Amino acid sequence: MDFSALNPIALVASLVVAATPLLFAALGELVTEKSGVLNLGVEGMMIFGAICGFAISVESGSPWLGLVAAAIGGALISLIFGVLTQVLLSNQVATGLALTMFGLGLAALIGQPYAGIKPPSFPKLDLPVLSDLPVIGPLLFQYDYMVYVSLALTVGIWLFLTRSRAGLVLRAVGENHDAAHSLGYNVILIRLAAIAFGGACAGLGGAYLSLIRVPQWTEGMTAGAGWIALAIVVFASWKPWRVLLGAYLFGGVTILQLNLQALGISIQSQYLSMTPYLVTIIVLVIMSADRSRAALNAPASLGRVFHKTG
Amino acid sequence: MTLLTIEGLTKAYPGVLANDHVSFTIEPGEIHALLGENGAGKSTLVKMIYGLVRPDSGRMALHGHPFAPHKPGEARAAGVSMVFQHFSLFEALTVAENITLGMENAPPRAELSARIRDVSQEYGLPLDPDRLVGDLSVGERQRVEIVRCLLQNPRLLIMDEPTSVLTPQEVDTLFQTLRKLSAEGVAILYISHKLDEIRTLCQRATVLRGGKVVAECTPADETARSLAEMMIGGELAMPKARSFSPGEPILRVMELSLPSQTPFGTDLDRITFQVRAGEILGIGGVAGNGQDELMAALTGERAVAEEMIVLSGRHIGRTGPDRRRILGLLTAPEQRLGHAAAPAMSLTENAFLTGRSRQKLDSLGFVNRESTRSFARAIIERFDVRTPGAATPAQALSGGNLQKYVIGREVLQKPAALVVNQPTWGVDAAAAAAIRQSIRDLAAQGSAVVVISQDLDELMEISDTFAVLAGGALSVPQPAAGLSVEKIGLMMGGNLAEEADHAEA
Amino acid sequence: MLRLEPRRRPSKLMLGLTPVLAVIATMIAGGILFAILGKNPVEAIRIIFIDPFLDPFSRTELLVKGAPLVLIAIGLSLGFRANIWNIGAEGQFVIGALAGGATGLAFYPMEGIWILPVMAIAGAAGGFAWAMIPAFLKIRFNANEILVSLMLVYVAILLLSALVSGPLRDPDGFNFPESRLFHDSATLPIIISGSRAHAGVLVALASVVIAYVLLNRHVLGYQIKLTGQAPKAAAFAGVNANRIIAICLGTSGALAGLAGMFEAAGPVGQLVPALPVGYGFTAIIVAFLGRLNPIGILLAGGVMALTYIGGETAQLTLSLPAAAISVFQGMLLFFLLAMDILITYRVRIRRTEVA
Repeated sequence: MDFSALNPIALVASLVVAATPLLFAALGELVTEKSGVLNLGVEGMMIFGAICGFAISVESGSPWLGLVAAAIGGALISLIFGVLTQVLLSNQVATGLALTMFGLGLAALIGQPYAGIKPPSFPKLDLPVLSDLPVIGPLLFQYDYMVYVSLALTVGIWLFLTRSRAGLVLRAVGENHDAAHSLGYNVILIRLAAIAFGGACAGLGGAYLSLIRVPQWTEGMTAGAGWIALAIVVFASWKPWRVLLGAYLFGGVTILQLNLQALGISIQSQYLSMTPYLVTIIVLVIMSADRSRAALNAPASLGRVFHKTG
Repeated sequence: MTLLTIEGLTKAYPGVLANDHVSFTIEPGEIHALLGENGAGKSTLVKMIYGLVRPDSGRMALHGHPFAPHKPGEARAAGVSMVFQHFSLFEALTVAENITLGMENAPPRAELSARIRDVSQEYGLPLDPDRLVGDLSVGERQRVEIVRCLLQNPRLLIMDEPTSVLTPQEVDTLFQTLRKLSAEGVAILYISHKLDEIRTLCQRATVLRGGKVVAECTPADETARSLAEMMIGGELAMPKARSFSPGEPILRVMELSLPSQTPFGTDLDRITFQVRAGEILGIGGVAGNGQDELMAALTGERAVAEEMIVLSGRHIGRTGPDRRRILGLLTAPEQRLGHAAAPAMSLTENAFLTGRSRQKLDSLGFVNRESTRSFARAIIERFDVRTPGAATPAQALSGGNLQKYVIGREVLQKPAALVVNQPTWGVDAAAAAAIRQSIRDLAAQGSAVVVISQDLDELMEISDTFAVLAGGALSVPQPAAGLSVEKIGLMMGGNLAEEADHAEA
Repeated sequence: MLRLEPRRRPSKLMLGLTPVLAVIATMIAGGILFAILGKNPVEAIRIIFIDPFLDPFSRTELLVKGAPLVLIAIGLSLGFRANIWNIGAEGQFVIGALAGGATGLAFYPMEGIWILPVMAIAGAAGGFAWAMIPAFLKIRFNANEILVSLMLVYVAILLLSALVSGPLRDPDGFNFPESRLFHDSATLPIIISGSRAHAGVLVALASVVIAYVLLNRHVLGYQIKLTGQAPKAAAFAGVNANRIIAICLGTSGALAGLAGMFEAAGPVGQLVPALPVGYGFTAIIVAFLGRLNPIGILLAGGVMALTYIGGETAQLTLSLPAAAISVFQGMLLFFLLAMDILITYRVRIRRTEVA
């Protein structure tokens, strides 16, 4: 086996690209969970965003319009979950599963005519001088714009949660919805907003897959990325910076196994393809093992049904 | 000029008229008591004043202007603040964050912290704005709520059962603060069912019963007994005296230490006591001082070292709940719905919950439905549980009736030792009296009983020996007769060492 | 304005009625969907829900599709009742098929009536072992069983693909990634001649009866229900939560594994990468639609089998996309969950009154 065929710079660059969809989806879920809602439908929202973005891009010729459509599509489909769990008080686990099944089906249905089509290509950052620098250029200044958007989103969510009053209110709702209600905050409305934001982010993550990373539409193309995003939120202990770390870690695992497959290593490719899923399990085990710490970081009302009395 | 006028407020919930044409007034600077039993409609009334609940009919006026808050923010803007009985606080957030969440126009962080320090000093309620609320004692948490209100310069401060969670010394401090506020012209609507407090603190009282105003009075002119009779609308039954002649030790707890499993829980620290046959040991203390952890160790939900708990000479620290029941140690936890009973399950199914092994309600792994049903019926009959039948789900019962059922379920199984936590919490007076009587009767028949409670009056009434749980440690149990309130208060404040010195001296 | 008002006790009527309402609502919404796709909605609904009953072969196919759904859903319902969320039944199904199928292949070309029972035991054991991974990780490390069991679905499917293109590949199969066909002793007997309805149907029916007795009469069933409704009360009663986790996950894994083995040794007749067709996920809908009640699951399994068979027909005759049926199934679960509220709450119309 010849490792010299691996170009470290190209590896890191492809790692970032592999991590970005996970980062979008996990950041959105982080905000949703911070408000006390566990939405297991990330996979469904991602794939729905992937096809919305793809279809609109192809039809309009504009990848940007596609991304906007993906975000809106993700938010809309997440609001089905939102209305069911927040207004009709349905079980969050079951409803999240339903959202995933529904999203996968609906995306497949919409996506039928789009199989095998190439989407309009997406612009990359091209700064004079900087992007042309050796090593540093490809590592920092040659990505598509959405990579920078995802990083800005990480910073933005961190500032929102730790510095802004609205972020404080969101955390308060996730911490103790009864107390937040008795102080006069509209728990349901705040949670619906957080769910929609999570849906929009997951939609963007999906569209990043279908428009930029792959780029084409195939049925079931998220292949568990939404579930891995859920695991990343646990891994990150509900902290935005660690979501970034987690997403890049999984991006790294994915790229590594893909490159090993490409090198023609003498292991059947299926076993290498298992690694991201196995790593997810291992990470979950490590992060959950310390029960008291896990309990301290998780929003205290996560997954609990809120019904205001009176 | 009258501060708040309430006229004909009415609010109905399905099956119950919570407030029925309630009218009264509150003057500026007045400390006004709102008295009533559980379910009399006090909470609904103050929620309407605070904008959490909309009245069905009736009107309110503040400073002579119509006042109909749609949400708490509007009430706060108009000068009405409220301190909740179950605090509206967030454990994982800091004091300053908690306070800012309850303010309409919160100042920036640094300024707010400075103002929190100022106000809390001025009113004798010291607070550190940067600490996590989860790390504070219950008394300190209440300070957070009060300071939050004071920062908004309220004209009316509503306090819902503020002293139920405080030590006697903390109650004194709170009263000083309230009198100071009153002197500054702030009116206080003080909700309580503690009659002595109301007599010393409040200038006027409005008594609610069944959602109606049944009396208005000047508390200082009344006796605790006459106030109580206004509240319950009948004669107050006095407890029967009981002779106490202890037998052999039944339950012994030795050097019980247990780390808490919850983020803001209390570790148990070498708890030691024994209870003899026929004895009732009362364990007092403010909530959050290790009651839940002690209860979990005694029920068997959490295993401890085998020799830490001894029942009739047998080490059972590691023994599970079911086996403990067979051996004779029965328990009734504080939380009725969800812990002592499964809310959606029928009373019959809930009888099986603890009766399974000791009452032999199963055979070959199958539930014996007939004998389970007759056990449930026996509890309902013996303890006067008001319910349509044994098939009724637990959640459909009133608090008092379910509590009678839950305590009755254990008492009827003739335990060698019974441990109950907060046996009469949130229960109406008649049910509370019945529950206390059944506990006393059980002890009279030779069982050893431990009652954990935050209600000092209750413990003084039924305990033979008394100890206090503070910071996860237990004071040395001593005869309940002759203990003064001051001494108990010092013990509750965590002053166990001093207490021990006195005992030696 | 509509307002929700808690009922004092859950409505038994609504518990039974809401699944029926959900199916009707799905038919209506599905009809709209089909109309948008340019198909005749009435015809589509008729093909999916009525036609399978008219054709004798389709009627027996209901049993073929319904059996694995019911078998898996019965297992899942135990866990769901106890708030233990095994959503990786698809993976346990695959491993069961692999373990059972590999056992059958190992005995090739031996004959004997003992081969199928051994395969069934191997299949159940395989599914059980696969489900014990999330169980062990939850008990020992507090790891979320939803994510772990789901991740293992992907791993199982990859494992199946690896094995049928590796050690289990048909030696005479021109390098196609599939095993050889099972021989007669390793193939399930047919219970209705001229159909594909196999002995697994009887096992699925038996599982319904056993689950019914377990849940309504046995202490273990009581403990499972108690754990789900009030975990603290269960701990207080002395129920060992870890034991319930292991039993629920283990049982559902074993039943899913059995279903997988039946599928391989029944209708499919060999191990192929395309063996998993989503029964493990559809069974989640079956469990909910059946209200986690064994009898209900039996009926719900029939309804979902109907959508499979009718959906296939609709694909052929109306050229309806295959994905339309997944959308249909997802909608059904949404409607059901939305209507759940009628069980515990009463919907009241509030007069807007002036104070």
